[in-house]
Amino acid sequence: KAEFHNLQELRHSPSLVTKVFIQRDYSEGTMCRFQAKFPSELDNRIERTLLEETVKTLNSYYAEAEKIGGQSYLEGCLACATAYIIFLCMETRYEKVLRKISGFIQEQNEKIYAPRGLLLTDPIERGMRVLEISVFEDRGSGGSSPSSTMSSGSSAR
Amino acid sequence: MSAVMITRKVRKWEKLPGKNTFCCDGRVMMARQKGVFYLTLFLITGTCALFFAFECPYLAVHLCPAIPVFAVLLFLFVMAMLLRTSFSDPGVLPRALPEEAANGNVPAGQRPPPRIRNVQINNQIVKLKYCYTCKIFRPPRASHCSICDNCVDRFDHHCPWVGNCVGKRNYRYFYLFTLSLSLLTIYIFTFDIVHVVMRSMNGGFLNTLKETPGTYPLKLSLTVLEVLVCFFTLWSVVGLTGFHTYLISLNQTTNEDIKGSWSGKNRGQNPYSHKNIIKNCCEVLCGPTYPSVLDRRGLLQEDTLISSSNPVPQTTVSAHKHTHALFLIVVSSFRHTDS
Repeated sequence: KAEFHNLQELRHSPSLVTKVFIQRDYSEGTMCRFQAKFPSELDNRIERTLLEETVKTLNSYYAEAEKIGGQSYLEGCLACATAYIIFLCMETRYEKVLRKISGFIQEQNEKIYAPRGLLLTDPIERGMRVLEISVFEDRGSGGSSPSSTMSSGSSAR
Repeated sequence: MSAVMITRKVRKWEKLPGKNTFCCDGRVMMARQKGVFYLTLFLITGTCALFFAFECPYLAVHLCPAIPVFAVLLFLFVMAMLLRTSFSDPGVLPRALPEEAANGNVPAGQRPPPRIRNVQINNQIVKLKYCYTCKIFRPPRASHCSICDNCVDRFDHHCPWVGNCVGKRNYRYFYLFTLSLSLLTIYIFTFDIVHVVMRSMNGGFLNTLKETPGTYPLKLSLTVLEVLVCFFTLWSVVGLTGFHTYLISLNQTTNEDIKGSWSGKNRGQNPYSHKNIIKNCCEVLCGPTYPSVLDRRGLLQEDTLISSSNPVPQTTVSAHKHTHALFLIVVSSFRHTDS
């Protein structure tokens, strides 16, 4: 099971500048929600509305997963009646929504964030504590505004 | 100088910090000390075995055959709840990676960042403390278990009888375990008494002794043993169930109750309570089943670097496969901009 990699390959990859963390918003309780506040470090890397839209959609997914209503009661009572053995073969609603979230984050990364040199990490990989945004070095610009590199790299979109 | 990297795949549970033991390749997660848990298993299965062997034949024939059937169902439910509580992840929060650690890398001469963060939850100020072991600001209601050396979300208490912490993910199983165990104990206790009463009514001790010479004293002493075990278990388990029912109706954890977070001068200020007993019960018992954030069975890439100048191999554990694939997308987008 061992594989051999060449270290030279890693030298051409863009280097990580910093990581920006969007923290949890606890103002409405312990349910999973991320702060909609735009981090200042990303001011010239991405449009404010795009990131806010991503966070808002993520929050709505989590709200859907944690909603306490008719369907969650039904799932809970049915599972209890079977001594929770049914969870060995059935996927819970939360797990279904997590799969949707994972697909959503991948799609957002491919369409919006990767072309701008950013990378979103699924919150579940950080224990649902933070939404981690990795900021990569903008090597094409050399200090000038990133919009010029975006237009020359348009084929990547 | 040539360098070569050997990659090996390991499961994430093998690299988890904390003092937990894992079984079945990461599917089962428990605390390190399991002695009291084995005692719990022994007491429950032992008492039930005695009940099924010595009481049930008599009761099924002379009273109703449904009695042992119901006892078996109740026993299976108790065992299922116990094993679910003991073997599942209570809601452990993974430790922060170095970049995320809020208080790490403080430059010399500067004051360290504050260890307490105030957040407002439903118009109530709650203090979030910084955990030095896990390097995170603990979410509200989370607490660090010193026995398991983990921060657990909605930490209730560490239960040695169950061999695990009780937290957000397994609290309802723990409650159902104590509730069903109370019912089972009351059931066995009641029918033991009924059995003894019926036997003495159906002809007196001496006649029964003549019918089954040698075995009745043994059966009587086993019945008495069961009654004693049930009697002492009853007080503790029923009391515990009552206590947790009280906590659930107020949407509090044992940890908060012990610390007096929402009692005394803070009474009535619990920001997590819906101020309605039914709603509180529904949230705790019928709420969503939270998934584990630990991903115990996920695969990690362990890279061991072997260079000719340094014969000691250096091991680093790198990121999840999925993030690696996205990293390559970023690489390819930058390659387009390179002239």
